[in-house]
Parts: sequence; structure tokens; C-alpha cells
Amino acid sequence: MSELTYREALNRAMDEEMARDGNVFIIGEEVGEYDGAYKVSKGLLAKYGPERVRDTPIAELGFTGLGVGAAIAGLRPVVEWMTHNFALLALDQVVNNAAKMRQMSGGQLKVPVVFRGPNGPAEYLAAQHSQSFAAYWAHVPGLKVVAPATPADAYGLLKSAIRDDNPVVVLEAEMMYSWKGEVPDHEYLVPIGKANVVREGSDLTLITFSKPLRVTLESAEMLAQKGIQAEVIDLRSIRPLDEETLYASVRKTGRCIVIDEAWPMASVGSHVAWLISKNCFDTLDAQVELVSGEDVPMPYNHNLELLAQPSARKIIDAAKKVLYREDL
Amino acid sequence: MSKIALNDYPKDAWLDMLKTMQLIRTFEEKAGQMYGLRKIGGFCHLYTGQEAVATGMISALDLEKDYVLTAYRDHGHALACGIDPKAAMAELFGKVTGVSRGKGGSMHFFDAKRHFLGGNGIVGAQIPVATGVAYAQRYQKTGGVTLCFFGDGAFHQGALHESFNLARIWNLPIVYVVENNQWGMGTNWKKVSANPDFAETAKAYSMKGYVCDGLDILDVYHVAREAVAGARNGEPAFIEASTYRYKGHSMSDPQKYRTREEVDAYKQRDAILLLKSRLEAANMLNQEEWDTIVALCETQVDESVEFAEKSPEPAPGELFTDIFA
Repeated sequence: MSELTYREALNRAMDEEMARDGNVFIIGEEVGEYDGAYKVSKGLLAKYGPERVRDTPIAELGFTGLGVGAAIAGLRPVVEWMTHNFALLALDQVVNNAAKMRQMSGGQLKVPVVFRGPNGPAEYLAAQHSQSFAAYWAHVPGLKVVAPATPADAYGLLKSAIRDDNPVVVLEAEMMYSWKGEVPDHEYLVPIGKANVVREGSDLTLITFSKPLRVTLESAEMLAQKGIQAEVIDLRSIRPLDEETLYASVRKTGRCIVIDEAWPMASVGSHVAWLISKNCFDTLDAQVELVSGEDVPMPYNHNLELLAQPSARKIIDAAKKVLYREDL
Repeated sequence: MSKIALNDYPKDAWLDMLKTMQLIRTFEEKAGQMYGLRKIGGFCHLYTGQEAVATGMISALDLEKDYVLTAYRDHGHALACGIDPKAAMAELFGKVTGVSRGKGGSMHFFDAKRHFLGGNGIVGAQIPVATGVAYAQRYQKTGGVTLCFFGDGAFHQGALHESFNLARIWNLPIVYVVENNQWGMGTNWKKVSANPDFAETAKAYSMKGYVCDGLDILDVYHVAREAVAGARNGEPAFIEASTYRYKGHSMSDPQKYRTREEVDAYKQRDAILLLKSRLEAANMLNQEEWDTIVALCETQVDESVEFAEKSPEPAPGELFTDIFA
């Protein structure tokens, strides 16, 4: 076991997969000479050379589509988006080509490409750089979408994504890159499509993914001090979604709060909340609550931007409703 | 006038191209009829008139290692890559025996074995993908070249300009071909092009820009061979082939933007008749041989319709297959 940052865990995953398979290469803005805008690809240019760690011009549509083409022709590209905010420029290539070429060709092609980069709000970045686009990708059949929330999962899920024969979108987060956690020293894969019960509890279920896992665990700790045992589930994989793990927990606790930092309308969180409401209807003791990002473009001011995001306090407020308690 | 003579290449090469062009023409005319009979639905873009471009260009490739990608007007390119007309017609009919198992339709023909990688319905979206195929060819040192077709309507997409730049900075083995059929749907290309000299725009990316007469397959083939040879040596290239489509943009196009006289004028320089008359003048083709080609194409296309008619629909369970590997 070693303590690694999330960034180091991703780096180790790419390094090992590049060493293992000569068809794996990294392509994106600043991935090479600059060692990655967020240093995720640090040292890889020196180790693998410019053919395999490819700096691009600022042309997201072009190099993302190039990744799709390289994948159908036999390579395993890891396309780094400097942030998911910029990936909107490449949306067409992901939605119309990566996700559909296998189906449109009647199963003749496979598209083993990874699209990865930071998603969601960080700090002081204002409206255009503080958005969670999980739902944009999760909406599309033909894509897989993962959102590791710990260094151990970042390592294991990215390795699985690179080995997957399908297009996989990886949601990272700028704030998480420096977060530390235990990562086993031996090689392992985290399977895509398996949620993780991070904390067991019997009184209510808190479901989240990516960066809000931290505030969710904080709220679970606060609830524990009041004698309430919250079960915390990290989705890890958004598509495919491990529905059974979610239902098993809610059937046990009878109460559920979903936490998603994205805007509430048509979000991953609202979809999960609907699934729970529909499939656990008979066992629910209260309505399912959603703690989302506020329905506003992100402001620059720090107080305001914190107000716009899920917090432990907001989760406790939701817990009051599902537990019918005012004293929390 | 074309820059080369028939004698510069073997007679059989020209006869093969003539057969391919005639097969495409016959196939497309039948597809139009079948559309009228509602055997084919949705968007169907016919290639009639442009046959010399796909045929001449693809004839310059080695499909053991080279690849072809194009847009949604893709029947001609698919047939020129050697796709069985039966599988092509069955795809138009939405049958499971189709080249994309009935899931792609007219706009999404694919045949991975014959190195035909679509069949793309978003204008210009195949251009970055083709650039990536060429990237893989270079990365894996296969010696292959990618031929990427698109229409004049695609020329102003950002995807094209981003791709041209990428191809040049990494010296990718790719040839980009704009088939300028004069009309991007109902918009004349000159009206929407700041610089109507497309080849000059390619030069802005330090890429060699060729121009060829897309109705004259001698010129097409000659230019394609030169551009493909350059690409194989790491010199990406661009070709503008001026051509003309006889039918509307798609089957639902009333064609109010152009005159019948314009269409008729182009038909006077029909690409198939042009090659045919040249071969006849050079004593490389006689009437009997031509009649045989025509009859053979008709038989092949008639058989393709029969095959498509008799083929089964995809089973309901096919809805959920072929999505993930």
C-alpha cells in the first residue's frame, strides 16, 4: 500500500498500460512538453517519446475525432481534454462517431478510446470553467462513463477504461488531483459497472459520485454523531449503472438522498432519484431527495460559488426531510 | 483536356473502371426506383453523375492496406471498394443481410474487411476520423494511405480545417478529396466560399493542393495516383475534383435552385460516356463489349434487388445488439 495523490494514481495507470500495450498512446493539449495542464501525464513524454505522448494544437474537435479514427484502426488512444468544459467543442465526435460507429456498422467496428479530464467546479473559475457534464455523456447509449472519487479507483478504473474495447469517458476533477489515498502496490483493475458501498449504515442511503463523495462522507459523520447511520454509495460507474447495489441499500434503509454537483434538470442525480423512486417505491418511507448544484451559472465570488455547490449542510437539510426530524 | 493518355496505363485498368462506373450508375438508378416504390426509406443521396470521382480515386489505392471514408452519399464509394451490390441493396432495404446488418441504411454503409469505414451522416465529421485512421497507419507503420472524401458543403466545417492542420504537422498519409458537385444541398458553393479556390486553401496548411476534372476519369486517376504516392511518403494532400450530381441532394429535393438546362449541359459531358467514347476511339472497346458490360451490371443489380427482397428483417432482439464490443 502506498499513499498516492489522485493525479499520481492516474499517471501510474497510464504508465503501466503504455508499458503493457504499444498501441496505447496519449493525445491532447499540453500532455507532453508541459507534462499535462494538471500534471497527470508527468514524465510520460520523457519515458515514451513524442509518438506516444502527443501534444496537439487547441483543436478539440479535430484531435478527439482523430482519437476515434485511430481507435477504429487498431490503436488505443487516451484523449486528454484539458477540461470537460472544452470537450463541448468535441461533442459531435463523441456522440455521433465514438458512440455510434459500432452500431451503425452492424458490429463490425470497435472503438477502444478513452476520453478523460477534469469535470465539475473547482475554485474561482467562474461560469465557463465550473460545470459538471456527467449527464451529457451519460445520456448517450454506446458510451461508458466512469467517475472515480478516490486515488485507488482512479488507478483501477482508468486501467479498466484503457483496456475496454468501447469508448469510455472518465470524469476526473481538478480539486481531487491533489487528494491523497491508499493505493495497493500490486496491479489491479476496478471493474466498470460496479458501485462501491463506501460506508455501511441502516438508517438512510446517500448516493453520490466523483468529488461530492467528500462532503457526503462529512455529512454521514455529522449524522453519526446524532445517532443516525447513513450508508454511503459511490456510483464509480455512471454508465453502466449498478442499479442492484443501489436498490439493495435503499430497500434496507427505506430513505435516500442523491448528491450530484451538476444542475438538477435532467442530471445523473435526477435520473438516479427517479430510478430509486420507481424501483424502491414499496419500501420507501419518505420521498427521495436530490441535493444538486444550484440551477445557476457558476459565479466567480468564492462565497457565492460555495453556495452553488452541494455541501454537508445541504445534505443534512435533506436528511431532515427524509427522516422527518427537525433536530439534525 | 486530361494530362494523360489511355496508353499510359493498362487497358484492363480502364475497362475495370468503366465497369465500376456503370455498376454504380445502374445501382443508383435502381435505388431511385426502389425508393419510389417505398422499398427504401429515409434519407437517400444518390451518386449518379459523380461516378468517375470515387471510381478513379479508389482505383489508385491498394485496399489491402489503404482505407476509404466518406460522407452520406456513399453508395458509389462502397461499390468502388468492392462491396457486393447485394449487401448494399439489402442495407437500403433495411435487411439483416445488409452490409451494416440493416442498422446503418443508405448513409452508413461499412465494410471493415474491404477497408471501407463509412458512411458518415454529419457533414465533415468523417474528416477527423479519417485523419485518425491515417494516424494509426503511420503509428503502426503499415505503409497504408487513407482516402477521405467529402462534398463542397463540408469544406467550411471547422472539422476540416482542424484536420488539415493536424495532417500536415504530423505528416500523415492521407489524401483529402472534395467532390465539388457545385451544390451543397441547395446552396451554390461559390456563394458560401470566401476563396472559391479550394486547392489554394489547402496550401494555407502547407499541403499540396491538386485540381482535377472530376468528370474525366483519366484526370482523376492520374491525379489520385500522384497524390496517393506522395501521401505514402508522408506528404498529405488535397484534391478538388469538380463534378456534378444529376439527382437532387436527396430523394426529397425538388431542385428549385438549379435549371434543367444546367443539368442537361453536364449530362453532355457524362463521365461514363466520356470514357466509353475514348476507349472506342482507341479501339479498346467495341459495341459488343459495351453491351456486355451494361447487361452484366443490370443482372447484378437485378439480383441485388431480388436478394434484398428475399432477405429477412433483423429480429426484434437485434435492437440491443452491436452497441458494445
